[in-house]
Amino acid sequence: MKGFTKASAAVAVGIAAAISLAACGTTADAPGDGGSTGGSTETYKIAYQGPLTGSNAAYGTYSRAGIEVALADYAAKYPDGPKVEVDYADTQGDPALAPAVATDLINDPSVLGIVGPSFSGETNATGPAYAEAGLVTVSQSATSPALSTNHWATFHRVVAPDSAQGPAAAKLLTDIKGFKKVFVVDDSSDYGVGLGGEVRDTLGDALVGSDSVQVKDTDFSATVAKVKSSGADAIYYAGYAPEAALLLRQLRDGGYQGTFASGDGTVDAAFLTAGDFTDGTLLTFPGVLDAGDEFTKKYDALTVSDKGTIGAYTLESYDAAWVLLSGIGEGKTTRADLLDWVNNYDADGLTKHIKFSSTGEIEGASGVYYYTVDGGKTVSGGPIE
Amino acid sequence: MDFSFLFSNFFELSITGLVLGSVYALVALGYTLVYGVLQLINFAHADVFMWGTFVVAWVFILTGASGSTTLLGAAPYLLIALVAAASASGGLAMLVERIAYRRLVRKRALSYIILISAIGASFVLSETMGIRDKVVALIDGIINAVVGLFGGHIDIVGWLSDYTSRARGVTTLPLTIKPQVVFSAGNFSVRDTDLTIILAALIMMIGLDQFIRRTRLGREIRAVAQDPEAAALMGSNSTSVVSKTFLIGGIMAGVAAVLYQIKVGATTFDLGVVLGIKAFTAAVLGGIGNLRGALLGGLLLGVVENYGSALFGTQWKDVVAFLLLVLILLVRPTGLLGQTLGRARA
Repeated sequence: MKGFTKASAAVAVGIAAAISLAACGTTADAPGDGGSTGGSTETYKIAYQGPLTGSNAAYGTYSRAGIEVALADYAAKYPDGPKVEVDYADTQGDPALAPAVATDLINDPSVLGIVGPSFSGETNATGPAYAEAGLVTVSQSATSPALSTNHWATFHRVVAPDSAQGPAAAKLLTDIKGFKKVFVVDDSSDYGVGLGGEVRDTLGDALVGSDSVQVKDTDFSATVAKVKSSGADAIYYAGYAPEAALLLRQLRDGGYQGTFASGDGTVDAAFLTAGDFTDGTLLTFPGVLDAGDEFTKKYDALTVSDKGTIGAYTLESYDAAWVLLSGIGEGKTTRADLLDWVNNYDADGLTKHIKFSSTGEIEGASGVYYYTVDGGKTVSGGPIE
Repeated sequence: MDFSFLFSNFFELSITGLVLGSVYALVALGYTLVYGVLQLINFAHADVFMWGTFVVAWVFILTGASGSTTLLGAAPYLLIALVAAASASGGLAMLVERIAYRRLVRKRALSYIILISAIGASFVLSETMGIRDKVVALIDGIINAVVGLFGGHIDIVGWLSDYTSRARGVTTLPLTIKPQVVFSAGNFSVRDTDLTIILAALIMMIGLDQFIRRTRLGREIRAVAQDPEAAALMGSNSTSVVSKTFLIGGIMAGVAAVLYQIKVGATTFDLGVVLGIKAFTAAVLGGIGNLRGALLGGLLLGVVENYGSALFGTQWKDVVAFLLLVLILLVRPTGLLGQTLGRARA
């Protein structure tokens, strides 16, 4: 029934949006064509690079919500600015598919900046191409620490790297929650290895064992046996939601009673709503998950047909998009000018104060927060300090 | 290499390996049966299995199962799901034979042409599942274009939204099956779900083995496997036998799908890719075309994967499993029990 009402609501919103858009189109066009002779007529694009389909497609809808709100804010703040469209480019989050997508975006001269790439793997696969093309990228969710050590002049991110999340996660498990024995599992992806490695390094003596599984694995019997025989009172999983849900279920089925903890990759409906066994899971997240009333109000007021869903990294996506959009609004309408604008950006964003270091990281430590899963929802436990 | 961990958890690793191996074995049967009668690999078979896992999930959604319960509590749902998944997978396997195989086999097409046809069928099956939301939307559009002429509207997208949501993501069973401890041995507790899966797989295998050995259809299948032309001369309709062979393979895949859902409780449209390779490997390991070989190969592969994970780390699982396959094939090129369906003792 839930799905039914949701779908019909979506259809209703879609129809309403289509009608109002059509209405706007006719009323706005007539004076626009006659009146704005001096205004800029060129349409520029910013592009989103990340998953829109595939098993991580949810991240795409979360990012879309942030980008669409930023676009609405742009229209409100720069009513006379250049027209900007968003090109949503689907990579499924797959490093193998990303280079072709990036090449298309680079070859489109109207694309001035990229929100993304969304995942660390695809960032690694496309970073050199963007750097060579001088096309600025601002990632909302690529958190592998090594990304900022490549000296790609175009690389920026508004999200804290795993090098922030990893130590914070270790601190949460040992200092705040008081666990003495922690087992770490990663999923062998760029993201999982990066985050898992940081957690392992920071745990010190509390680390009692570790294992690496693989994305798309569905049977974790050997890992379950290892976790149980290690005597760990908590396990940290560095990976994505689909495998996290299967691993946790098989841990519980296998009789493991300890606490399950994971990172931002697991903040997704595929994990949160997988079943009642996810209750009590601790999730570390380098940002604020609750979008807040002001943002939600703007989101609710959007009239575009597909405005995504508020979720993980929605606010970061807003910040990333806004850094680019405000630059275009200020007349930085070449790739070189916009790159320069981003490099010198210094203003408050929704998630944190945004000012980039020379490597593209946010200057000054950004907060990592933790959440407890309860009934399929995340309940904030506050910042990890 | 962590030998002490392997030895101290040997029993648990063996049991959980056998559980997964049981699923491999049942799926491997489909490969082996078809290879037996046609000497062709049915690459669409793993996707027939994948459809079975979805039918199980849909039965759970349709019957309103939710929350969590024991295996016994879930038994009514599982029995309905068993019938539904076996019928759906069996029917789908026959459809694959009808569309992707029959004409090509009759026209004596080269084997690689039939192979491509089967790979095509595999993609169609998995991608149709992966875009099922769009398929439903398309059907909705067509039907409403007609119904709209009479001023009506049927909200098919809305009705089916529970079944089509997250089309490319994970579909989780709405009911979580909580295993119960049956008995404990050392540091490991044996659970009812594990025992059920292994026993069910064994019963299916023995039943099928006896079926092929003792029944009229079984004799016909063996005859076609040995010599299709001679079988035809003896009055056996080989087209019908091949079709029924696909049906049996599909039914086994449907049973495997139920067992898989008891263990994992979630499925994706691309599940067949990895599981298909594993089950095909199991069939080759045991000797393709050999029913008992499929059982042995499946169970062995499941257990070896677990031992490999324990010794070297879980990411070495596939390396160990496939190294073993290569080594065994070097020594025994026809697989462990290397004989074909046709040459099986009467």
